Amino acid sequence: MKRVIAALAAGAIFGAGLALSGMADPQRVRAFLDIFGAWDPTLAFVMGGALAPMAIAWAIQRRMARPILAGVFDLPPTRGIDRPLAVGAVIFGVGWGISGLCPGPAIAGLALAPSHAIVAVAAMGAGMALHRLTSR
Amino acid sequence: MIAAFPQAMPVEGLLGGLLIGLSAAIMLLGNGRIAGVSGLAARATGLGTGSAPRGMALAFIIGLPLGAAVIALLLGGVEIRYPASIWPIVVGGLFVGYGTRLGSGCTSGHGVCGMSRLSLRSITATLLFMASGIATVALMRAGGLL
Repeated sequence: MKRVIAALAAGAIFGAGLALSGMADPQRVRAFLDIFGAWDPTLAFVMGGALAPMAIAWAIQRRMARPILAGVFDLPPTRGIDRPLAVGAVIFGVGWGISGLCPGPAIAGLALAPSHAIVAVAAMGAGMALHRLTSR
Repeated sequence: MIAAFPQAMPVEGLLGGLLIGLSAAIMLLGNGRIAGVSGLAARATGLGTGSAPRGMALAFIIGLPLGAAVIALLLGGVEIRYPASIWPIVVGGLFVGYGTRLGSGCTSGHGVCGMSRLSLRSITATLLFMASGIATVALMRAGGLL
């Protein structure tokens, strides 16, 4: 139960960060990618702001035997660059550029612009379902 | 910097980024997991396999709009401009959903959590989706779609 509450709090803080930083706004995100247009560097500040506490968190994590609320650290691999990683990242980037949306802002947007965000979330869900169906 | 990019929000960006980093730190040090939105969303909805407990994944995903709503209330609204047409949302969303599953992550998992631990996989993925995003927008601009 404590883990679920921690996850809910983390999700809410994440959503607050997205809304405060302007990253819930697809046009602002796309403006960061639009280097030949009216380039908006805001996303770089968001990345910098997010990477700093996480770099500290990783330094702390290395000294911990186990997480505070769970039995073990369950973390993805850091090495082994393969074709699915590369192809998937490129496909994601294309969709990110077309729409200005990635999963976090789309889901957070359900509270801000529900009629549009629901379309984005449904389309992302369909893309995930397509991957699931074709990768069995 | 600010004069050159009048639309930029460096202060709000940094503060919002710190919140995102804090959130990811809570997931890591508290729950022992990566705060990757695409992976947790797929797990929560059953659209992807993963080891995260489903309740935990669902709680994180439900938290996202709750936190955004609090900021909208505190600030009296948050600017959110979607494409005028529905097609970029639908087509972009399909690519995003498929690509994040195939590539094992998005801006949060690879960009924030992975890059901060100097993961070669995440640095590669982030550079690739940044590059393909920039190329896509450049092509859209060249084609008169922006």
